Amino acid sequence: MYKCSANQIGIWILSLILISPIIVPIAQIFIPEGQIFEHLWQTVLPTYTLNTLIMIIGVCLLSAFFAIPSAWFMARCDIPGKKHLQWLLLLPLAMPSYVVAYIYTDLFDYAGPIQTALRNIFGWSSPNDYWFFDIRSLYGGILILSLALYPYLYLLARASFLEQSQNMVDVSRIHGCTPWSSFRRISLPLARPAIVVGLSLIAMETVADFATMNYFAINTLTTAVYDVWLGYGSLNAAAKIAAMVLLIIFVLLGIERISRRRQQQIQRSMGLDNLQKHKLKGWEKIGALSLCWFLVIFGFGLPFFILLEYAWNYWGNSWNQQFLLSTWHSLMIASIAALLTLLVAVIFGFVNRVYPGRLSRIPARISTMGYAMPGTILAVGVLIPLTVIDHCFNNVSEYFWNDHVGLILSGTIFAVIFAYVVRFSSISIGTIESSLSKLPENYDGASRTLGCPPLKMFITVHLPLIRKGCLVATLLVFIEAMKELPAVLLLRPFNFETLATTVFQYVSDEMLQYAALPAIILVLAGLIPLLIINRSLERSHS
Amino acid sequence: MNALSVKNISYAYGKTQILKNVSFDVSQDKIVCLLGASGCGKTTTLRTIAGLIKPSSGSIAIDGNTVFDYGTCMPPEKRGLGMVFQDHSLFPHLTVSGNIEFGIKHIAKKARQQRMFEMLELVQMPDVAKRYPHELSGGQQQRIAIARAMARQPKLMLLDEPFSNIDHQTRFQIIAKVKSIFKAQGVTAIFVTHNEDEASAFADRLVRFNQGEVCEATQFKT
Repeated sequence: MYKCSANQIGIWILSLILISPIIVPIAQIFIPEGQIFEHLWQTVLPTYTLNTLIMIIGVCLLSAFFAIPSAWFMARCDIPGKKHLQWLLLLPLAMPSYVVAYIYTDLFDYAGPIQTALRNIFGWSSPNDYWFFDIRSLYGGILILSLALYPYLYLLARASFLEQSQNMVDVSRIHGCTPWSSFRRISLPLARPAIVVGLSLIAMETVADFATMNYFAINTLTTAVYDVWLGYGSLNAAAKIAAMVLLIIFVLLGIERISRRRQQQIQRSMGLDNLQKHKLKGWEKIGALSLCWFLVIFGFGLPFFILLEYAWNYWGNSWNQQFLLSTWHSLMIASIAALLTLLVAVIFGFVNRVYPGRLSRIPARISTMGYAMPGTILAVGVLIPLTVIDHCFNNVSEYFWNDHVGLILSGTIFAVIFAYVVRFSSISIGTIESSLSKLPENYDGASRTLGCPPLKMFITVHLPLIRKGCLVATLLVFIEAMKELPAVLLLRPFNFETLATTVFQYVSDEMLQYAALPAIILVLAGLIPLLIINRSLERSHS
Repeated sequence: MNALSVKNISYAYGKTQILKNVSFDVSQDKIVCLLGASGCGKTTTLRTIAGLIKPSSGSIAIDGNTVFDYGTCMPPEKRGLGMVFQDHSLFPHLTVSGNIEFGIKHIAKKARQQRMFEMLELVQMPDVAKRYPHELSGGQQQRIAIARAMARQPKLMLLDEPFSNIDHQTRFQIIAKVKSIFKAQGVTAIFVTHNEDEASAFADRLVRFNQGEVCEATQFKT
């Protein structure tokens, strides 16, 4: 009965192209390779898997400790400076975690200013004289990633606490709950789905993290993909490890999707009313303020201040030809990726709108899975099919023209841009979908009965009305693409540097001071979407 | 010849049967009301006539031309209809003139503007061409929506609860105004409502719906 239109077939093909980098590592499981994977499995892989799991659990626990109380204070309590604190608490999200890691290592290492000052004050002369927290460890990694990632949970938990009905809290108070037990027995269980969504996002980011783990020499499955590829030169073994990471990601994605659905059900049953704010006093107030300011200062303020200082002192060395070139590269590939992902999102949006139904909805849904892919895994998934296509090109050209055309796709910025489109399409698809869903369906009926065929309707009615959504989608993808590191590190052509790879390169060479200027640009770019998100959150609760 | 002929239309959404063998005819220049409680299938019937929903079986003919049957499904833009919605659905990014001219872009600019002004005169709002929809009241928006639909000189006008968003005091004045326009222009129209008073004030004939079926057809005295 249901006829499939050419447009629907088109978006199925598009979505298959977009998820090919996810399918490829899974398909590699069934292809036999040499002894490398087996050898790794018998030696280091169990430890790497354990490290990955410890990182996930540790970062989730510490982030929950940071984010849930601070979200509660901002949503339901009255504390001094709240107006500014509620957006200041978001800022650490703009800091690439590896930059924070580099700065704190510089600060807390044996040769850093803190340990040096302590040695001078207490007269210690060697590491044997005292104990000091080792930042370059599994625990240091947990602390740094938690400081950088807790805002995901803070954002979702705060929104959930703000949406809870005052009536429910009142009822619990009448039934004998103190503010604390009302939080524990009512607010926290109601916010649980939102908290689980936040934690699963944090877990996915933790699994995906490459740069911080690499710098702290913490071996996880994600760093193993990079090492196996570059160290052993085995793309196949790397793909097999990538499939292991994907398994973890799929579990997390499943948890995230289910919790998101539960959150929507809870949201529907709650009305927005005026929330009464709990007034904190005495030790409660001091504790709340200490936690919030600790997060703002150590998650953003201090590292950003140090970056500014370095940038100021080393301006002459940083502002050079290489900086300008890498800025240009970043701007160029981020712009192309942003426009292409917008095009992808608009195509999905058009087909979904004009031919509603499961056949149109599923391709858009599966195409958004790329966002959960760690950059290193994505690089493996992109490179394998592109290499095959390149080999085909070369075979054909050699057969017909006796000429070798070289790497057309896999060794060029095409691979980088394709990876970006796969990874960031979900941002633009989500934004365009939500903009389109706000347009009444009767606009379609009105324009169709006024003689407009579907495509013309979409161009003359829908696109002008969702132009703001298009702009936001382009901007968000542009910024994310500016910051992306691991995928570009593995896929870029030789001597092709972006701002992120420049920062990574300088810091790997222990030259943090020269990395400050490009890092500041990345941080500033990261601040823009945070301000947009905060404004929209504020508007929806004002 | 009937302006519209609907024969045995059925439609299901998932496992729910929304329309069951709906049949009725509309004569030229008549206003017919589809009346019934919420969820009885009257709006779905209107949307199948417009071509916005594809029925599972039956046939629809407009002015004697089959627009839907087993082998035919003419897209909405080719059926030569005008449609007015409950929420007016004026395009917010276009001015009143842009909205009225939207469906007649194929006409030369001068003739198009002339038609636009004629329509504004017809709905007695000659001075609002440059305004945007949000600058108009609910009743004014409804009249512009009617002007937009009529600009194409449709063979048949479809109106989906067109007066329900207008306050009670001005509603019947607007109904009288729209009815006089339709009668003066010789427009054939089908309109959907759940309000008996609106139905008797506006329509020549009534088709009553109950749970997806036509249960009664009444002719009002004119």
